[in-house]
Amino acid sequence: MNRINRLFADKGSKRILSIYYTAGYPTLESTVDIAETLENAGVDFLEIGFPYSDPVADGPVIQHSSEAALRNGMSLGVLFEQLKDLRRRVNIPVLLMGYVNPVLQYGVESFCKSCKAVGVDGVIVPDLPMYEYEERYRSVFEENGLSNIFLVTPQTSEERIRKIDDLSTGFIYLLSSSATTGKNLSVSENTEAYFSRIRAMQLKNPVAIGFGISGHHAFTRATDHADGAIVGSAFVKLLGETDYSRKIPQFIRQLKG
Amino acid sequence: MSEYQVNEKGYYGHFGGAYIPEMLYPNVEELRQQYLAIIHSDDFRQEFDKLLRDYVGRPSPLYPAQRLSERYGTNIFLKREDLNHTGAHKINNTIGQILLAERLGKKRIIAETGAGQHGVATATVCALKGLKCVVYMGAIDIERQAPNVARMKMMGAEVIAAESGSKTLKDATNEALRDWINNPVDTHYIIGSVVGPHPYPDMVARFQSVISAETRKQLLEKTGRETPDHVIACVGGGSNAAGMFYHFLDDHDVKLVAVEAAGKGVDSGESAATTVLGREGVLHGSRSLLMQTDDGQVIEPYSISAGLDYPGVGPQHAWLYEKGRATYVNITDDEAMQAGLLLTRLEGIIPAIESAHALAQLEKMTFKGDENVVVCLSGRGDKDLDNYMKYFGF
Repeated sequence: MNRINRLFADKGSKRILSIYYTAGYPTLESTVDIAETLENAGVDFLEIGFPYSDPVADGPVIQHSSEAALRNGMSLGVLFEQLKDLRRRVNIPVLLMGYVNPVLQYGVESFCKSCKAVGVDGVIVPDLPMYEYEERYRSVFEENGLSNIFLVTPQTSEERIRKIDDLSTGFIYLLSSSATTGKNLSVSENTEAYFSRIRAMQLKNPVAIGFGISGHHAFTRATDHADGAIVGSAFVKLLGETDYSRKIPQFIRQLKG
Repeated sequence: MSEYQVNEKGYYGHFGGAYIPEMLYPNVEELRQQYLAIIHSDDFRQEFDKLLRDYVGRPSPLYPAQRLSERYGTNIFLKREDLNHTGAHKINNTIGQILLAERLGKKRIIAETGAGQHGVATATVCALKGLKCVVYMGAIDIERQAPNVARMKMMGAEVIAAESGSKTLKDATNEALRDWINNPVDTHYIIGSVVGPHPYPDMVARFQSVISAETRKQLLEKTGRETPDHVIACVGGGSNAAGMFYHFLDDHDVKLVAVEAAGKGVDSGESAATTVLGREGVLHGSRSLLMQTDDGQVIEPYSISAGLDYPGVGPQHAWLYEKGRATYVNITDDEAMQAGLLLTRLEGIIPAIESAHALAQLEKMTFKGDENVVVCLSGRGDKDLDNYMKYFGF
């Protein structure tokens, strides 16, 4: 069991909140400071994005933060250097999230070993195909104690969701709709029906809902249906403001309500 | 099955595949499951062949270029894709994909475009079929290619500027993929080259393979042999070359030459010669050769020709390069411009600057007198007149 498994196993009636942000944004050195501030503000786990030049699944806010982070000099090598300090300062589970090409260039095995060395618990690489993970990389992820997190959308078939459930070892990342990041979740009857359909499947893994969760209302709706919810663009937007560090605790309080 | 064609898992050797986020999986999977059955159906074949004949104007001529042949001391044939409706080979693919989209029940078409040739070819078939059309184009390209923007708009397409990243072709492709993620049910994405997740590289190559299918027949009539000694085509993403090579891949006595854009020189920092400057990586859904930093960030390429400045090549090209089945060479801006002018003066044909790269390769090869050489003249130069005029000071 890694930190992610323990978090969900021990959650009780708690509504789990995860925050995504881009490493190296707004400044190159801000990565671990933000993690510490978020833990102190009561966030349950973190997704730290490593930037890529061509983030096709992301909307304007995260595109902007990725471009800025790259200009600031962020790379996987720099990120792992920064994270050497992580486990002296942060106790909650930490996942790394990003696109597959930087991981391939770093080397998948080296990447997994570096994750383990700095105390990262899981990885989300949306454009790593399921079959390739299963056939080529699953063993090296498992050897390094890493949960690989898969995405599910309203269009994902039941058969495929079952397969994802079999392969998953942390939680399942349920997208509120098929969309790029940063669109507001409008909870319609369709969304409710989709969330209910997933719940009725009684998956083995816990479920966290992400994409479009920007405020308290959406967070509550999402966690009515799932074990947790993930906020990304709304938080990254805050990081673009002056004096963002001081505003983080209030932002998290408002989210949780 | 040829060792140079895609395998049942969607790979060319270790290149290809479908590296896409889950949001794109249902659309790409639908296409993967259905594309072969649809394009092999009688109904599809009949309509495709009919439109290529009556609307595009195929077969395109295989022109024995006499004065060019005299200059290089061999028999040079030009495959005249420049004479197609809309002025390039791009329409072969958009006709195929619009018929496929109709049969998948899609109501809305999206596309990316660099110089605007593929955007125009897509807007054209959408007008022909009465389907809604949205074309993503880099903000910088929109400024550089005003006539093509006007053509697309005149045909009823909506042209949306890609303002992200470097604001050129690669970013237009990103925006089109984002659109597809946000419109997962009613939309088909017509990719313009042999790039993207499987099945796109194979599907686009099949639609473009009409180029080499016709060439074999025409060569038989003109030379008594179906196969030439050399086939030359330019490569950006690589769709005209994929179509030009397709039916010659298993004829090992046919030498295939793929010409990339060297820009201002391979070592100048302003180049698009992917096989020289690239390493294995993933962009736009497939594993191929890619110009990138050590950290895996994509490098913006450069060429005077807007159709060749893509930072990758299609996965089949990466495989042909690795297997040594085709020779990958490169031509600078200057060499291409001179070759464009030479063809104009010798044969009265103004080629697209993309195609001029393939023609420039003739200067670098030595031929025996009785060899047959086919050059794919992938597009006409009307769109490039501004560039030619500036370059030569006409």
